[in-house]
Amino acid sequence: METPSDRRYTPAHEWVQIVSDDPEGTRVRIGISDFAQDSLGDIVFVDLPEVDRSVEAGETIAEVESTKSVGEVYAPMTGKVAAANAELEDTPELVNEDPYGRGWIAELVVADMAGFDGLLDAEAYAGTLD
Amino acid sequence: MTELLHTPLHELHSELGARFAPFAGYDMPLRYEAGAVAEHNWTRASAGLFDVSHMGVLEVIGADAAVALETVVPSDLAGLSPGTSRYTVLPNDDGGIRDDLIVTRLDDDTFQLVVNAATKDADRAHLADRVGDRVRIDGFLDVGIIAVQGPAAVHVLAAHAPAIGAMVFGEQVNFPIAGVCCRVSRSGYTGEDGFELIVPADRLAAVAGALLADERVAPAGLGARDSLRLEAGLCLYGSDLDETTSPVEAGLRWVIQKRRREEGGFPGEQRILGELADGPGRRRVGLAPTGRRPVRPGTVLLVDGEEVGVVTSGTYGPTADAPVAMGYVTSGHHQVGTELVAAQRGREEPVAVATLPFVPHRYVR
Repeated sequence: METPSDRRYTPAHEWVQIVSDDPEGTRVRIGISDFAQDSLGDIVFVDLPEVDRSVEAGETIAEVESTKSVGEVYAPMTGKVAAANAELEDTPELVNEDPYGRGWIAELVVADMAGFDGLLDAEAYAGTLD
Repeated sequence: MTELLHTPLHELHSELGARFAPFAGYDMPLRYEAGAVAEHNWTRASAGLFDVSHMGVLEVIGADAAVALETVVPSDLAGLSPGTSRYTVLPNDDGGIRDDLIVTRLDDDTFQLVVNAATKDADRAHLADRVGDRVRIDGFLDVGIIAVQGPAAVHVLAAHAPAIGAMVFGEQVNFPIAGVCCRVSRSGYTGEDGFELIVPADRLAAVAGALLADERVAPAGLGARDSLRLEAGLCLYGSDLDETTSPVEAGLRWVIQKRRREEGGFPGEQRILGELADGPGRRRVGLAPTGRRPVRPGTVLLVDGEEVGVVTSGTYGPTADAPVAMGYVTSGHHQVGTELVAAQRGREEPVAVATLPFVPHRYVR
């Protein structure tokens, strides 16, 4: 199972990647891990967050539905939704095919990045899967 | 929790990379490496192989067997020819459904019953209670069942026994497959042409392995089985049928043949015959969500904010390329095209009553 080292992970099997600096903070991209997509099975619908919505850390910002179940995606940090991956509206299977790339779910602008350092690095996250 | 049971193919499923899930007390393959959607699509395009060995196979034997069984099912069994099968239900005394099953007449005095895993022990006890003094009940037989479903299934099996190609839907004949005598029926639970094979338990893995060696055949799990049967508009016992739903509400009035409607003489006949005459208060319908989000079982259906029904099955249909669902609605809201609101997890989504099946059946009659 793949675990790229250019990003951090949450215990809820999400990844967070720093994209760029933003006037209001730091722009991060989030998605679900290879383990998460594999556990869910074929993904058939992604409920994306609305852009500009403010979200608290831990709040549900998206739902990823497979043929059999519904997985919730939680905001890993407090921030504002800057983008949602509209490509998933018609091709939700991208989350299965490319969970760390084209299957990204949303981008947040985060003012306080303190929470980022508390996330798991690739090695620590991979360790939780053993 | 008690230990999950294994079918004779459990080891084979593991070798094929199955992801398992508990189902009716059995550890069953949910999907293999290809995934549920690919397995679904392969079944519609070529042939999927399903392990359904969790189901129970009984034989009811006696000179009086047809007459005795007609006291527990509403179908015409006296008129069933040897070597043919009929889908039917075991009604309870209130007209609800204890189980749905396939009855096959093996000869004048012997009927084979294939019943659901979750209900099989209760079914056997019920039969013993109602007809045990008139017939002999054998089983559960020490067998496993595999279903080979899809347009290539007939070619795959005819390579083992050419006469299989001449069978029609609802027929059952014994044929050797990979050197093992199997009870082969042209039937299934996907809407596709296909076959089910009842095989001695100790030879099941050998037969499954021989069939999987054919490149047209790929293993398919419970996930694909569910989306296939739902697109075909077929009921899942425990979801779409239960002790409260009558066969008339469920749209299964066709299981009650004319003579039985006239004569009665089956459990729950008061309600069932009454609903046949006056129409049922609620009806099973197909449901097509207008968006892409699947609606899930348990979702309440509303008209003008008032509850008129509930979803009993719902998932994404790969062939329909859309969410597909079934449920029950109050009569009057059941016409195709009726617009309803599905209220799930604090969200309201429009759904329309749709024609069943979502994908046309391709049975060979």
